[in-house]
Amino acid sequence: MKSSTFNRLLSTLTHTGALIPFAWMLWDFFTHNYGPDPIREFTLRTGKTALVLLLLSLACTPINTLFKFRAALRLRRPLGLYSFMYASIHFAIFIGVDYFFNFSLIQDGLLEKRYAIVGLTTGLILLTLAVTSTKGAQRRLKKNWKKLHRLAYIAGILAVIHYIWLVKQGVTQPWYFAGVLILLLTLRVKPVKNWAGSRLKGV
Amino acid sequence: MNKIKSSEITPEHIYLSRRDFLKSMGIVSASAAILAACGIAPTESAQASVAPASDTQLTVPPSADTDELGGALNSFEDITHYNNYYEFTTDKERVADLAEGYPTSPWEVRVGGLVNQAKTYSIDDLRKFEIEERIYRLRCVEAWSMVIPWMGFPLSKLLAEVQPKAEAKYVRFETIYDPEGMPGFKKNPWYQWPYVEGLRVDEAMNDLAILSTGLYGKDLLPQSGAPVRLVVPWKYGFKSIKSIVKIDLVAEMPTSLWMAAATNEYGFYANVNPAVDHPRWSQGSERRIGEFSRRETLMFNGYEAEVAHLYTGMDLTANF
Ligand code: HEM
Repeated sequence: MKSSTFNRLLSTLTHTGALIPFAWMLWDFFTHNYGPDPIREFTLRTGKTALVLLLLSLACTPINTLFKFRAALRLRRPLGLYSFMYASIHFAIFIGVDYFFNFSLIQDGLLEKRYAIVGLTTGLILLTLAVTSTKGAQRRLKKNWKKLHRLAYIAGILAVIHYIWLVKQGVTQPWYFAGVLILLLTLRVKPVKNWAGSRLKGV
Repeated sequence: MNKIKSSEITPEHIYLSRRDFLKSMGIVSASAAILAACGIAPTESAQASVAPASDTQLTVPPSADTDELGGALNSFEDITHYNNYYEFTTDKERVADLAEGYPTSPWEVRVGGLVNQAKTYSIDDLRKFEIEERIYRLRCVEAWSMVIPWMGFPLSKLLAEVQPKAEAKYVRFETIYDPEGMPGFKKNPWYQWPYVEGLRVDEAMNDLAILSTGLYGKDLLPQSGAPVRLVVPWKYGFKSIKSIVKIDLVAEMPTSLWMAAATNEYGFYANVNPAVDHPRWSQGSERRIGEFSRRETLMFNGYEAEVAHLYTGMDLTANF
């Protein structure tokens, strides 16, 4: 396959894959397939999708390091932007539907709960990265752009902490995400990166 | 008059017809056979209980469409298909499926400890208590709530029969421990099973505290804590322990499962209190299942007049 065709195919797959959860949610919304607590249902689904896409975005660089799969690098931006899209819906449900713009309650629900503060911080980082994701911003920010976009890792860490803090003791799902994140972060550490890269590049 | 109307609109009929349909397809009896084949329901009587007795019970429609504050009753479907029961699963929407057909007959509740008349109650013994309807709000610590027409009898009546001794200060309740029959035990081994809850004796004697055996005029389904569970509506839902096998009167404050799991989050009292914060869920407001916007949470879940006197002089922030 020609590399341009391959890239286009990969990009189409990424866009389609990232939009499927959204289409699915719309379908369930309009067919009333959302259980007794729809607000919670869609809050959880958008949150989970945002986290998965964020971790996938963070996985692109290690995938290139390990497998010399350069095409993955182009997927960081769309995956990150889709993560931001789901996080925005997630936040919009929280403010506009769950709390229905009742700001005295929002203050209690958002600013006094550690999981929500962490979620909000994650959201603000994703917003910053989204607005500076353009080629123009990249040019303007020069060297700082790369530094700024390392915040994506902080966003990943905070998103997992958000998840850990919002479940009850003994609920294990967030720890699987923590495991994946730790793996991705470890692969960024120079010695590990070099070692793992040298072992795998030959394959 | 409005009896006909309310039963017409109750989505429970949809539920019933689904069960009737399943029954007519022989699925219920087939699942009984499967359960028996798996050795899950080895005894005659347990097998018989798989065909849900509750469907054939006479349905008495609730006496009102709302609680005393005007909150609409939640539907039978929502009440029985959205709840926590970690012995089955931590997923509120899967409890009903996993609990379906769970044998709750025969059943025994051993009542003992510091009492003069220890007694073991069978289901038939429990049925001898006069069953009343109690329409209560249920407020989950996760900040959602429902209005449920329970059937049951005051816990005080049972306690009167066993005659607590003067040294008895607390009532300790225990849920069935059945790692073979309930999948949640093995999936969540880090909790200190069995599920334990407790009340102070004077709380237990309060008329609001009931042992429930049914809802919407029918026997409880397994997912709702059949055959008998506690309902203490002024406390967060997790205090209302399900499928009780043991009730002991004790001198020391019992440690509940949730107290053991997170001492800083769940206290012994767990009274609904919008002023006492929880690290995760804002307790100032709640989502009433079936409604669109949030409601403010009421002190003692709206039962202040009935129970506030139990806590006079107590620091409710320290005794959360
Ligand atoms: C912007 C501020 C945010 C707020 C106020 C917020 C709030 C919430 C709330 C209320 C829940 C549901 C808790 C429950 O009902 O149990 C939740 C769940 C969740 N949120 Fe957020 N969140 C925010 C940002 C984010 C971001 C940026 C991410 C990820 C990138 C995220 C990922 C998640 C995940 C993974 C869950 C759990 C899903 C599950 O349990 O299946 N959240 N969040």
